[in-house]
Amino acid sequence: MGRVVLVTGVSQDLGGRLARRISTDPEVSRVVGVDAVPPRQDLAAVRFVRADIRNPVIAKVIAGEDVDTVVHTSVVASAALVGGRTSMKDHNVIGTMQLLAACQRAPGLERLVVKSSAEVYGSSSRDPAMFTEDMTAKRPPQGGYGKDVLEVEGYVRGFSRRRPDVVVTQLRNASTVASYTRSPLGDYLRLNPTPKVIGYDARFQLLHYDDLVAVLHHAALAGVHGTFNVAGDGMLMMSQAIHRLGHRVLPLPRLTLGALGSLVRQSGLGLPDFTPEQLQFLTYGRGLDATRMREVLGFEPRYTTEQALLEFASSVTSPTRVTHPVVLAESLVSGVLAGILAGGGRGG
Amino acid sequence: MADAEVIPLGTRGRHGSPAGSLDGPPSVPQQQPAVRAETTTDPVSGAEKTAPRATSAPAGTTTMPLSGRPGFPIEELISAANAVGRLVLGEDGERKLAELLALLRRRVTGDYTVDEYGLDTELTDRFLLEIVRPLATTWFRVEVRGVENIPADGGALLVSNHSGTIPLDGLVTMFAVHESTGRHLRPLGADLVFRLPFVGEVARRAGATLACSEDATRMLGAGELAGVWPEGFKGIGKRYSQRYKLQRFGRGGFVSAAIRTGVPIVPCSVVGAEEIYPMVGNVPALARLLRLPYVPVTPFFPLLGPLGLMPLPSKWVIEFGEPIRTDSYDPGAADDPMLVFNVTDQVRETIQQTLYTLRMRRKSVFH
Repeated sequence: MGRVVLVTGVSQDLGGRLARRISTDPEVSRVVGVDAVPPRQDLAAVRFVRADIRNPVIAKVIAGEDVDTVVHTSVVASAALVGGRTSMKDHNVIGTMQLLAACQRAPGLERLVVKSSAEVYGSSSRDPAMFTEDMTAKRPPQGGYGKDVLEVEGYVRGFSRRRPDVVVTQLRNASTVASYTRSPLGDYLRLNPTPKVIGYDARFQLLHYDDLVAVLHHAALAGVHGTFNVAGDGMLMMSQAIHRLGHRVLPLPRLTLGALGSLVRQSGLGLPDFTPEQLQFLTYGRGLDATRMREVLGFEPRYTTEQALLEFASSVTSPTRVTHPVVLAESLVSGVLAGILAGGGRGG
Repeated sequence: MADAEVIPLGTRGRHGSPAGSLDGPPSVPQQQPAVRAETTTDPVSGAEKTAPRATSAPAGTTTMPLSGRPGFPIEELISAANAVGRLVLGEDGERKLAELLALLRRRVTGDYTVDEYGLDTELTDRFLLEIVRPLATTWFRVEVRGVENIPADGGALLVSNHSGTIPLDGLVTMFAVHESTGRHLRPLGADLVFRLPFVGEVARRAGATLACSEDATRMLGAGELAGVWPEGFKGIGKRYSQRYKLQRFGRGGFVSAAIRTGVPIVPCSVVGAEEIYPMVGNVPALARLLRLPYVPVTPFFPLLGPLGLMPLPSKWVIEFGEPIRTDSYDPGAADDPMLVFNVTDQVRETIQQTLYTLRMRRKSVFH
């Protein structure tokens, strides 16, 4: 008999896509999707159970459906998705605690996959160039998503100690982008002109959204114990990425960006709101060493960082896009040069 | 014959060679008698011969227009632009200009790659090191010795003394290494470097990374040539009276990293950097306010304002010493503090001795 997989957060984009993808896997006999709200998209073969993971009812679902693999994807990155920071923290931290409590009581459980995030490493001037999984943040995230993820990882470690028989996989993914969906970094890069912290150029990697879904799927079936960084190959600088998208850079002091962010947050427009953690990332960036992802987890992303940006760029249509003066000058001069060469040829 | 030499020279008198050839035949019968008369009667130097012909050319123009095509002299302008281009950019100026513009286009469209530490090879080679070049070659007249001691490939750790109030010695050493070996020296910098706006951005682009054991081990393990200045701020921020006295070499973390990865340590001694900004005082209160290690007072700064920021043109000598091998040690030896201290002292002594020798050899500070 195949595996029975429970996916949390199926009403969100990531959970929904993952549940549908796993349900087509021949090794899996059944996929149960849970969320507090009904899904908007069609879940195909996924059996949807409306249950809030913050509620002990989740334990009954796990036991009743004979679930052997739990994939926890509902740690959300953006307060706008769940209506405010308080609700987000409640959802992320309390939700995970309840889910883990339920998992601990489920004797049939064999595997747990948790989507964590590279935000646990924070971002500072004292960071090493590349974080490996056994390093910790030099300046731990002080709030927001990063702190939630840090707490979630703490509870997962506790669970792992209490249930050593369960294979626990935690995935710390780099910032994701895709042309067809929203993500915190994607929303930021869609701005034109793109505000950038003046005097700093963040180094970063990308993970294409397809690869994020793929690695969660892979982890659910591979059953490899451990924590893994997940990122595409290669590195980009923030200004370089903005230039590649054909956007203009708007250099602003950090304090101004922060003030702008809190204005946007209060306006509720759903625009990138530059939380202190995001600003910290946009200032110093971060690099992840994904060696263990390849060698231990056995996963290979389809997109490199550059390819992910290229795919994302197809969705970035800026009507105000102007050709840079240097590009114009080059075509002009190469035209004149061709003229000179032709003239010189005739003269000789 | 003499005629054959004269006629091509004569076309120089008219503007624009391509157009000139068109009206060649009609003007030849008129000019030829005069020219022939000159050459036969006056067989002197060529310079003298051309002068009368130039004056004779306008005589031809009165009867026959020089250019075959009246109107805007586009071909003349193009050939003039071409000549100016050659003058400014040298031979194959067009190719160079096209290359330069292609380079600029790659910069503004983000069409380049950086490595995992942020090294931007194109920017470093084409701009950053080129800025250092006049400073190193003309201003400080750097003399480089012992280049053969830098391994041509594979990991190596360059350890250097540090001085000069503003760490120009790091930049000049980077330039010297790249110029003489073609390798990029990857500096391991203090976290202040990466905290400062603009400085941190440029440092990463130039290939620097944070001086921590993780990054040092990673870089050396990947076969890079890394550079450390273990004196840190104690070195660059010391008074002029303390010049060429090596400060404490940190905690020897760089030796541990070298032993762990089994790469050689290349001692590097820089003479001359001590005198560029002779620091005679410090403003600790301002330094605390700005969160900087010190705010220097030199005989010229802040007295002369921005002019005081000009480094003094001292004569520099950079000597790369014989590599100290660490591959004979067991990787576990990196955790043996006594061994690490001993190797650290050995490196420090080598640099100190070389500094004394090089100073003796130097005639004066400035030459």
